[in-house]
Amino acid sequence: MTAETAPDPQSQTHWFLLGMRGIFSLPAIILMLSFVGFAAFTAEAKIPVEQVMFMTGMVWALPAKVILVGSMLSGAHILTAFIAVTLSSVRMMPMVAALIPEIRTSRTPTWLLLFLSHFVAITAWVFAIERVNGVPRDGRVAFFAGFGITLTLLNILLVGLVYGAVSEFPPIVSGCLFFLTPVYFLTSIWISARHRVIYWALGIGLALGWFFAIVAPEYDILLAGVIGGTLAWWGERALRQREARS
Amino acid sequence: MSFDGLWPYIFIAVAGWLATDLWRWAGVLAGNRIDEKSEVLNWVKAVATALVAAVIAKLIFFPTGTLEASPLWLRLGSVVFGGLCFFVGGRFRQIAGIAAAIGFLAAGLAILGV
Repeated sequence: MTAETAPDPQSQTHWFLLGMRGIFSLPAIILMLSFVGFAAFTAEAKIPVEQVMFMTGMVWALPAKVILVGSMLSGAHILTAFIAVTLSSVRMMPMVAALIPEIRTSRTPTWLLLFLSHFVAITAWVFAIERVNGVPRDGRVAFFAGFGITLTLLNILLVGLVYGAVSEFPPIVSGCLFFLTPVYFLTSIWISARHRVIYWALGIGLALGWFFAIVAPEYDILLAGVIGGTLAWWGERALRQREARS
Repeated sequence: MSFDGLWPYIFIAVAGWLATDLWRWAGVLAGNRIDEKSEVLNWVKAVATALVAAVIAKLIFFPTGTLEASPLWLRLGSVVFGGLCFFVGGRFRQIAGIAAAIGFLAAGLAILGV
């Protein structure tokens, strides 16, 4: 451990603030627009605004919240709702597992990572994977914390503020708000890919996502992710080994 | 269900918070054991990317809300047009791609009167 000195508290603040500044980035703005759409959806469903704010902070991931609201509206048993939400959230595990080795240092306490993992959802993940390479390793945890915590708190406030105002959008607006999310994710993953296997996983994941949504809609995301990701990794590795031999 | 009293908050905490954070915690524990330069991390990244791709595919092919009534060719056309603008967009490719896709969709929705 001779190479690593204790992090300078001043530079930690600096990276935290730089992470905070990320809320003025394209991904953060698109996510906020998606949350305006979510506020409209819950207002239409007549879920009290305090509960919408509470779930924004507690669940954070947007797809999981949409499923949770659906369960609440259909009067599902708490266990049924738990299973539906938890199945939709399995993807959090590989996402967090892929991010952790990129941001931690050998001295980062596990409790801090456990706490910060709460702020991982697709947007924060894509943002962090894309930008963390430009941040020195010692500042990465602070950088992610600044971005993730600020983005979550801001969206809790945003949902509370716009809830009353946006009870009903014209259909074109709500349709375009909805479509921003997939289009933004596509461009971001493409831009942030630093390795050939990511393009392969993106293509195979899209195709299998469509396929499993038709043949096994209950487990589609999970199946497409594990099978598609494994195929992409295996195929890319086979090609890499062949290239290395020739 | 009723939205009064404490019950909705318990419901959200158990079926929402616990149901999602359990996986995030598992991800931290797994990620802590992965070496940054290992083949395992390559595989984990591929699976994570494919999972997000599957979410994208579902949003495009099986949208909810207003877009449920829109034709599939319009949604696919928006993505393809956005993709074209993305690849010729140079430095502004992300904004160009997103704006083109959304513009195409909005125009299509307006013409079709969805």
